Amino acid sequence: MKSLDDLKKIRDKAQAKVTMRGKNDGIRVLVGMATCGISAGARPVMNRFVEEISKRDLEGVTVTPVGCIGECAIEPIVEILQGEQRTTYCRVTEEAVDRIITEHIQGGKPVQDYVIGKYRL
Amino acid sequence: MIERAHVLICSGSMCVSRGAKSLRDEFEEHLTRLGIREEIKLVNTGCVGLCEQGPFVIVYPEGVFYALVKNKDIKTICEEHLYKGRIVEKLVFDETINENKEITAFDEIKFYAKQTRVALRNCGLINPDDIEEYIARDGYRGLGKCLLEMTPMEVIDEMLASGLRGRGGGGFPTGLKWKFAHNNESDQKFMICNADEGDPGAFMDRALLEGDPHSILEGLMIGGYAIGANKGYIYVRIEYPSAIEKLKIAIAQAKEVGLLGENIFGSGFDFDIEIRLGAGAFVCGEETALIASIEGQRGMSRNKPPFPAAKGLWGKPTIINNVETLANIPAIIFQGAEWFSAIGTERSKGTKVFSLGGNIKNAGLVEVPMGTTLREVIYEIGGGIPKNKQLKAVQTGGPSGGAIPESLMDLKIEYETLIEAGSMMGSGGMVVIDEDNCMVDICRFYLEFTVEESCGKCTPCREGTKKMLEMLEIISSGEGTLEDIDTLENLAKMVKNSSLCGLGQAAPNPILSMLDKFRPEFESHVVEKVCPGGVCKPLIHYEVLDNCIGCTQCAKNCPVDCISGSVKQLHHIDTSACIKCGVCKNICPVDAIITV
Repeated sequence: MKSLDDLKKIRDKAQAKVTMRGKNDGIRVLVGMATCGISAGARPVMNRFVEEISKRDLEGVTVTPVGCIGECAIEPIVEILQGEQRTTYCRVTEEAVDRIITEHIQGGKPVQDYVIGKYRL
Repeated sequence: MIERAHVLICSGSMCVSRGAKSLRDEFEEHLTRLGIREEIKLVNTGCVGLCEQGPFVIVYPEGVFYALVKNKDIKTICEEHLYKGRIVEKLVFDETINENKEITAFDEIKFYAKQTRVALRNCGLINPDDIEEYIARDGYRGLGKCLLEMTPMEVIDEMLASGLRGRGGGGFPTGLKWKFAHNNESDQKFMICNADEGDPGAFMDRALLEGDPHSILEGLMIGGYAIGANKGYIYVRIEYPSAIEKLKIAIAQAKEVGLLGENIFGSGFDFDIEIRLGAGAFVCGEETALIASIEGQRGMSRNKPPFPAAKGLWGKPTIINNVETLANIPAIIFQGAEWFSAIGTERSKGTKVFSLGGNIKNAGLVEVPMGTTLREVIYEIGGGIPKNKQLKAVQTGGPSGGAIPESLMDLKIEYETLIEAGSMMGSGGMVVIDEDNCMVDICRFYLEFTVEESCGKCTPCREGTKKMLEMLEIISSGEGTLEDIDTLENLAKMVKNSSLCGLGQAAPNPILSMLDKFRPEFESHVVEKVCPGGVCKPLIHYEVLDNCIGCTQCAKNCPVDCISGSVKQLHHIDTSACIKCGVCKNICPVDAIITV
């Protein structure tokens, strides 16, 4: 350890190891992972979220598997929680994940093509 | 790939003794079977604090708190929660479920919400075996700040301004102690961490050493820089094998990254730390006896002055700080004296860690700001007394402290207020005593301990404690007189005034404080020959009440077959044959057996 910068480097690198623990006020990605979700392909979708988020080094974004919300026919369902705002996506594919991250999480604009409301109409 | 969830497994000694050791293997097995091992990070942490409900598993990012987890539960947690995202409600700690039946994050429950964690800031949150996790939580930045931006005197001034006082129990200002050693010129000085935690019922230091060993190392190094020492010792008892192992790993890792050794941060400051193992003698927690033990001599105390800050280890200026004191130091330096002194009260700054034990629901490790009342600690954090029994007193300071009666529960916790109440802060043991405990018996327990632990060097302690114990035994057997109580009190005062070191000076404290606050209880032992708590065996006998349903459970389980009675008939105890073991009372389904 030759300088404070060396310590800072280790610290920055290691931050990802612990930031998940404690209060998470950032954006939460909830992936429906009940049996219905898994059989519809939710697992690769969730993995894609985790990979992309770490690749793009997005701070404060967590991915959590959650249960079934009842709309089994339109799984995989992904919800993005941002404060009080909740956006629900359905029939999410791996390609859709990239768009949701780029346009919604990074861009702040929900991807209308996958929002659940469209299917209800 | 980066993990999407962190599973924290509490691996403090308490949880390990309740079976937490094999939980990790179970997780490995089931996560691998489900093919999600790589997505989940498993972390063995130090003590989470709520020992009564252990072993624990905490799942992040949700912060779900599973309590009383058994091996067979891991399969369910893996399949349901980690694989399918369905929180396993029946395993969740019930206090984390709120009125709306929603599961909240664990740090929102009463037990944690009332706490302020400074010394325990990383305990239960990081993997103690990974220096990077400590660094990620701003570890060693305080040391960096000291070495590169502050002079030793500025570090001492910062400590003085923070108002930090020794957490081993004495409450001497840490900055002032450092200043003495700093001002004593010498070619060599030493820093020692006193990890010889010996009070029955105290486990704060062990939890810190096991859960966040790097904070102790950093505290020692900052102290070393301030007083001008480049060698540190950690004196820890061999009864803490897990703590020793964690310390060894921490020291090796700090050396590897260059945080221990020569020219740390390029500042020219060198520091080395060695572990010294003690055999577990209580007296070695006393500074001069501890030094003697490190030097390889028999652990016995000597006269002060000279104080260790002037003449300590190998005759050189030495500072001995308690584990909890050291754990506070990096946080104080990094966040500033002003931040620290804003916590607590006028005379006592910061927080204090207590190990809650005795008759309390949430036994465990808690850290509260100074000035919190005893009632808050016992009822709001501790959850009160099991079976809603009446609180009688709280013993703080272990065998060196005293009992604080129920009437003083609204006392704010400070060094001074506790002394005024006839007890002391001590190192942080807090034993809750309820209506079914006997004060004479508790005194006897503590005296048995001090008799055993007296080093034997000075007569008042060696002989006095033994005589006091004998008198207590006479009183508890019902054969004492009122005069015996007065003699006991006189002797206690004599031992307190004339013993050489803290052990003997404090050994009579439980007796003196209990005689002061609970004298009638002692008197009923000798006058009416009754033990109000129903504990002292020679003074009690068991009786069966009329509500006996004749289930025969008591008769079946009596080890000496002194209970007679047939099915659905009122049973009877033959008191002449009864050995007063209490098995019948505990087993009775309708509470028909009472102590008289």
